[in-house]
Amino acid sequence: MSGAGAASRGSREPGPPGRVARLLLAPLVAWAIAFAVLPTAMLVACSFGRRGTLGGVEPGFSLAAWGRLLDPTVRVVLGRSVAWAGLATIACLVLAVPAAWTIARSAPRRRAWLLAAVVVPFWTSFLVRAYAWVTILKGEGLLNGALLAAGLVSAPIEMLYTPGAVLLGLVHTFLPFAILPVYATAEALDPALVEAASDLGAGPVRTFREVVLPLLGPGIAAAALLVFVPALGLYALNDVLGGGRVDMIGNLVADQFTGAARDWPFGAALSVALLLAFAVAWRLAGRGGSLAASLER
Amino acid sequence: MTPFLRRALAAWTALVLLFLWFPIAILVAWSFNDSRLNVLWKGFTLRWYAVAFSDAGLLRSLGNSLWVAAWATLLSVPLGTAAAFLLERHRFRGRDLLETTLLLPMIAPEVVIGTSLLALFVAVGLELGFATVIASHVAFCVPFVLVAVRARVASLDPALEEAALDLGATPAAAFRRVVLPVVAPAIASAALLSFMLSFDELVVTWFTASASSRTLPIEIYGRIRRGLDPGLNAISTVLVAATLAVVALAGLVRRRSGGSR
Repeated sequence: MSGAGAASRGSREPGPPGRVARLLLAPLVAWAIAFAVLPTAMLVACSFGRRGTLGGVEPGFSLAAWGRLLDPTVRVVLGRSVAWAGLATIACLVLAVPAAWTIARSAPRRRAWLLAAVVVPFWTSFLVRAYAWVTILKGEGLLNGALLAAGLVSAPIEMLYTPGAVLLGLVHTFLPFAILPVYATAEALDPALVEAASDLGAGPVRTFREVVLPLLGPGIAAAALLVFVPALGLYALNDVLGGGRVDMIGNLVADQFTGAARDWPFGAALSVALLLAFAVAWRLAGRGGSLAASLER
Repeated sequence: MTPFLRRALAAWTALVLLFLWFPIAILVAWSFNDSRLNVLWKGFTLRWYAVAFSDAGLLRSLGNSLWVAAWATLLSVPLGTAAAFLLERHRFRGRDLLETTLLLPMIAPEVVIGTSLLALFVAVGLELGFATVIASHVAFCVPFVLVAVRARVASLDPALEEAALDLGATPAAAFRRVVLPVVAPAIASAALLSFMLSFDELVVTWFTASASSRTLPIEIYGRIRRGLDPGLNAISTVLVAATLAVVALAGLVRRRSGGSR
């Protein structure tokens, strides 16, 4: 949303809440405490508790769960999550930046259509899109069927339940998240700057590197964050496309709560650590507003 | 820009959009394919739609999803809108802390929201069911409503409201006739956003739902794990069509609101 922003703020400075505002404040504070503060506190408490015999947690104070964060398993899964999320981010940016730029620079009518072509997949459930890839990649799926019928292969190739399938799914899921913020920045950019660069003799590569890229910087940074952060915490997609062979940190957490592992304190410690890491990432990257601002488009 | 570069960029964009749409198009087309195995095109049929829409499990979870999304929207829009006005228009002690806390569920990974709410529900002895699912959905919808509505509140010149008050309007009338018309489109699109976020949510629901309050994404997730199912193509196609309709509706709302895209 491109508001006129604070530019037209009038004479009245924001003041203390009046009677109506105070009435609004109470339920909000109650809400924030009940559904943000308390759950987080519970999670922290849970991480210091003892593992219950039938799942759940027994009161007590133990650092065992936090100690387990140093397990080699955690390191492997964490390393894999960061690697996959990083690869997906790079792939998304490579695909998204030229496309977002082109969409932003096209004529208004066409631009609206192209933008809709990005927004509809963006809003289409990632499960639906993951299932679409399952039907294509599966052993008895579409691609193998086509390859077999064309005589290119003699037996189905294993494509589903491979790391490649997970990466493909990640890129497909998050590509719109990368296009939209870059588009938003590109659209607000003055095309005269780019023309000036080429008029002054810069080649396309140099123009891109020295003019376009720095100007798109904030949009690209937002895009990278919008892909990397959710990709890292992802839980179901790699299950559907990786068949449980490509576990990421989200799977490890879920497994402690609802899966076979049933170790709530360990899962809670992982969750708290993840939350802290994300809080730091968002802090470093500025405010969370960029997410919603790009969603608004 | 040279013509070659222009063409290269256009081709790249076409490829990117093709990549985005190819699996969706296949999914939709094959929902009409008269073949159980989903491999090659055998002929046109509507039977998978008949299968999907006579499947009690799917229908119940679809009903659950609509019910949950409606309540989540109904509850998170007033909360988020109130928060938007309070945080944008007033300065008070603990304001920054309240803002951070309210935005927390937007920043936290879904798996953290889900597990922390589960830990809370279990600690206070709340039985998992519709109430816990709806509450957890409101928890992550409120920050999105807050941010969306707040942008519009920020663009509203307080002098307009003051002028109305100076000209003798009651505060309620000034709000209704001056503030609301400007902010309403943002509230409407925030409502759409909440509904879609809630309707699509899998991970948080996974931790906070009981067997009887399973939503459509959880049902679909279970079925995908069991294997190919042409009924899934049909229900997915319906979801894609619904998404198209909602995006078109959102476009209309935005156009009617004028100006701001």
